[in-house]
Amino acid sequence: MPDTSVHEGAYNYAYLDEQTKRMIRRAILKAVAVPGYQVPFGGREMPLPYGWGTGGIQVTAAIIGRDDTLKVIDQGADDTTNAVSIRRFFARVAGVATTTRTEEASLIQTRHRVPETPLREGQILVFQVPIPEPLRMLEPRETETRTLHALSEYGVMQVSLYESIARHGRISKSYNYPVMVNGRYIMSPSPIPKFDNPKLDRSPALQLYGAGREKRIYAVPPYTPVKSLDFDDHPFEIETWSECCAFCGSKESFLDEMIVDDAGKRMFVCSDTDWCQERQGHHQGQPSK
Amino acid sequence: MSTVPLLQARDVTKHFGGRIACRDVSFDLWPGEVLGVVGESGSGKTTLLNCLAGRMTPDAGSVGYASAPSGVVDIHGLSEARRRLLTRTEWGFVNQDAREGLRMGVSAGANIGERLMAIGARHYGDIRGVAADWLDQVEIEPDRLDDRPTTFSGGMRQRLQIARNLVSNPRLVFMDEPTGGLDVSVQARILDLLRGLVTNLNLSAVLVTHDLGVARLLTHRLMVMQGGRVVEDGLTDQVLDDPRHAYTQMLVSSILPV
Repeated sequence: MPDTSVHEGAYNYAYLDEQTKRMIRRAILKAVAVPGYQVPFGGREMPLPYGWGTGGIQVTAAIIGRDDTLKVIDQGADDTTNAVSIRRFFARVAGVATTTRTEEASLIQTRHRVPETPLREGQILVFQVPIPEPLRMLEPRETETRTLHALSEYGVMQVSLYESIARHGRISKSYNYPVMVNGRYIMSPSPIPKFDNPKLDRSPALQLYGAGREKRIYAVPPYTPVKSLDFDDHPFEIETWSECCAFCGSKESFLDEMIVDDAGKRMFVCSDTDWCQERQGHHQGQPSK
Repeated sequence: MSTVPLLQARDVTKHFGGRIACRDVSFDLWPGEVLGVVGESGSGKTTLLNCLAGRMTPDAGSVGYASAPSGVVDIHGLSEARRRLLTRTEWGFVNQDAREGLRMGVSAGANIGERLMAIGARHYGDIRGVAADWLDQVEIEPDRLDDRPTTFSGGMRQRLQIARNLVSNPRLVFMDEPTGGLDVSVQARILDLLRGLVTNLNLSAVLVTHDLGVARLLTHRLMVMQGGRVVEDGLTDQVLDDPRHAYTQMLVSSILPV
């Protein structure tokens, strides 16, 4: 597909130079080989601020090819500023086709959600990660957290869950809920709601996690067991809603609560816009580039 | 009594630059025995304790420990993984400052339960039950189970620290001035508690203190350190009632009469 936009500036294909992409690919290969292990990489400055998805963008840039179809979601939505900007960025620097439909995408970059539509083999899910270290809030020293990972000493994580039950009567953590990957490493699934945690378990799609500020990449290869931590007598549970989606009537998707007037009237709608529109039967098709 | 000492220190030496913290310390600790290490500030007691407990690597000498599952092991020759596992299952360490030994940000129950969870306990109700039981054993009211140690008094924190260490049924406990910085009535309660626990659980312990009264109450055997060397050792009563070395005589005679 001839695409003049790729050559219009002084940028290499997919923005990053080839050496950087090589380095990131090596980190990704290592991450895939050791599921859940955080691989350090030489993160580059990207044309957007830290916290807006620099890690995810670098991972995407390193693996994207001309025949990929890219979908970008932010909190489940395809039409928020962050998602639109990143999608437009790759359409421009890599000349790839973009889509909002989960089924059509070969590569999905996401922030805060896993799509409701089940993923299939061959798809890659790239997460944007703000804090890759699941033990960070419990143990401030980086040298110590690395040792804890190396020795699989995860008592302190369980202590934090214990404390949550002691104080709130249940495990109150509702997002970024820690998981055990392949029975070896505790991993932060990035700030996705715990509702999405079961989707990570033995997923047919490859999951890549990129943290730009902290310069870490980690991965969950297809069909890898991912277990949410819990207690025998306080098992892991996902959120449930008494309402259904006001647009599509979905009872099985993650719902956002919206306050629609000054009287505090509430409405629940699907957080995954693609899923919701698909169910309503009128998909709006390709986004404008 | 077992034929193998629980802990064998051989010529343990530690320098800090040109300064000698402890030199050529050797002893055997037998199961069920409490060994006291006394001496004035700066005599190398705490450094010795840290070397014994694997927290510091000595420059020379070795520390052997008769581990229940795997026989005699060289503490400093073990891999870090095994040493850490050993220290949180078969050993305990009671710090002088309870804040160093406790997690101040989480409740008393979580503090006691941490070792259990670290070795794989995953039943909240059971962990809580054990924690409540230990709280009772160290004489803290059971309704404080969900309170943070920041709301505890100094004496309670120290008792909580003891419970947190003993929950995994260790065979050997290292104590660094466990009653330092506490007022005398609180000291007395903790000493009483420790003496009971040591007897009931058949614990062995290495106790570092500068307080000869504490040593007399708790320990069976005593080592007197001066300038990094052991100048005298023997049965506690013998050392305190009939000190041979001039330094020990000076130490014993400096106890203030009440």
